[in-house]
Amino acid sequence: MTENNSVGTGSVGIVAPQTAHFAKPLTLKSGAVLPQFDLVYETYGTLNADKSNAVLICHALSGTHHVAGKYSENDKYAGWWDNLVGPNKPLDTNKFFVIGLNNLGGCHGSTGPVSNNPDTNQQWGSQFPVVTVEDWVKSQALLADYLGIQQLAAVIGGSLGGMQALQWTIAYPERVRHALVIASAPNLTAQNIAFNEVARQAIITDPEFHGGDYYAHQVLPRRGLRIARMLGHITYLSDDAMGAKFGRKLKGDIKYSFDAEFEMESYLRYQGDKFAGEFDANTYLRMTRALDYYDPALNFDGDLSAALNKVTAKFLVVSFTSDWRFSPARSREIVKALLDNERTVSYAEVTAAHGHDAFLMPDAHYHNILRAYLNSIEVGTHHAK
Amino acid sequence: MQNNVNITNSTQEFRQDFAIISGWVKFGSKVLDLGCGDGALLQFLRSGLEVKGYGVEKDDANWLTCMNNGVNVIQMDLEDGLSGFEDQSFDTVILSQTLQAMHNTEGIVLEMLRVGREVIVTFPNFGYWRNRVQILSGNMPVSKILPYQWFDTPNVHLCTINDFDEFCKNHKISVLERKVITDGNQIDFMPNFLGNLAIYRLKAN
Repeated sequence: MTENNSVGTGSVGIVAPQTAHFAKPLTLKSGAVLPQFDLVYETYGTLNADKSNAVLICHALSGTHHVAGKYSENDKYAGWWDNLVGPNKPLDTNKFFVIGLNNLGGCHGSTGPVSNNPDTNQQWGSQFPVVTVEDWVKSQALLADYLGIQQLAAVIGGSLGGMQALQWTIAYPERVRHALVIASAPNLTAQNIAFNEVARQAIITDPEFHGGDYYAHQVLPRRGLRIARMLGHITYLSDDAMGAKFGRKLKGDIKYSFDAEFEMESYLRYQGDKFAGEFDANTYLRMTRALDYYDPALNFDGDLSAALNKVTAKFLVVSFTSDWRFSPARSREIVKALLDNERTVSYAEVTAAHGHDAFLMPDAHYHNILRAYLNSIEVGTHHAK
Repeated sequence: MQNNVNITNSTQEFRQDFAIISGWVKFGSKVLDLGCGDGALLQFLRSGLEVKGYGVEKDDANWLTCMNNGVNVIQMDLEDGLSGFEDQSFDTVILSQTLQAMHNTEGIVLEMLRVGREVIVTFPNFGYWRNRVQILSGNMPVSKILPYQWFDTPNVHLCTINDFDEFCKNHKISVLERKVITDGNQIDFMPNFLGNLAIYRLKAN
């Protein structure tokens, strides 16, 4: 029995991560070669007999393989997209076999800068190569092979995860039937790259960064990572959402100091500290760089329609009205390129106040959209035992 | 030429313009239905003519109904034009009983002619005699096809068949075909007086 009522109805229950080891070297887009690597992943639901019900969830900047469920009864938090994934939830694990993984270069178990470099028997640190969205999708396809899945029913992702879903349809058109691209874009705008650069500079100029080899110095560039996260948080929320949540509320009387006097400040500091305590700075650099570099139209003179010419998957594209970091206009570019190629696509522009973060919120209409689309996906009916 | 074709369907809510529209859409063609509502027209065209269809719909609830009906649906506001669609990229662009509710009426017709090789527009004829009678008796018309009261109507640009003919002439739009019906019956005599629904097939000149 996989369901456990103690963690709430509709939950996938208590879950455990698994690790897939890949002994064959992986050549990355940069030309660098990873001699071997691990991918840590979780699965929910049951793979059916004809293996036609697998759905891959691609995570965004700071996501992990822990998409749904809890690790123990006492686990305070469920997985990062638990509101979406579970029995009778929009991504229904009674129907689908759902896979979440930690991307290459991550810091939650998959091979990344914190891992040991087998050649030196030291942590990779600065020597870990820059990975790209294309590399991630390539490694995800290897994970699908490892799980015996030839074709995914769907790939789903928000933000940077949406770029991976899009890339799947470009790189492996025959291996993915549906792509759900949420709060994403076909590439980053200059403004987005600028935010990423400020975040990276905060990390790189932290005196404890040591060029990325801080593990060897037994320190962490916490201050840099903290500022990077604070900046990110500002851009993931809308002005209205921040105003509604914090406004100009003060924690007490004005002290004429530089302490966290406004509630907005203390929220940012809390988020920054929390993140700096659990995330790896080298991973953060690489995740933001992967965002910057992704541009499938680059080799087609900027023509996204040409870049999507070989795509066969059916698409659901979703954006949120208050998302200024990955604005609806960027999603509409993807929709236009698909329409230009006469592909099957639906597009929803969800009225939401939460900015970019809206894609993680359990808004009823948003979830109805995903539920309706996912319901329409056909899978084989014979379930393996 | 079919006269007095009865296109009402007793078993389901069947819009009286659907049969004529489907007669103008080619088998297997690419169709864009603007303001597609619950997607019923596209479902009808897909089942009968195997069209590659897309709907455009602004309303959240309608969008969901389309999705649940298996209709491809793009959520956008027609008042913003059709900037996401290439010139002449659809065989037929349809605006079914939505023209009268548009603010940017002129703009959307020109956009449709840009995107579609052919355009089908349908609208309730304000010149229909029953509307005239209601006006003469001193009230704004309320009927099955114009079900709203003056204070809650979304219809801001009602026009007569004469008005629309003039509009096409002034904008150098070719009217390839025009059909006028009342309760499913085709009206050839005094259409601007006796017809309550006008259906046009247009092309850019």
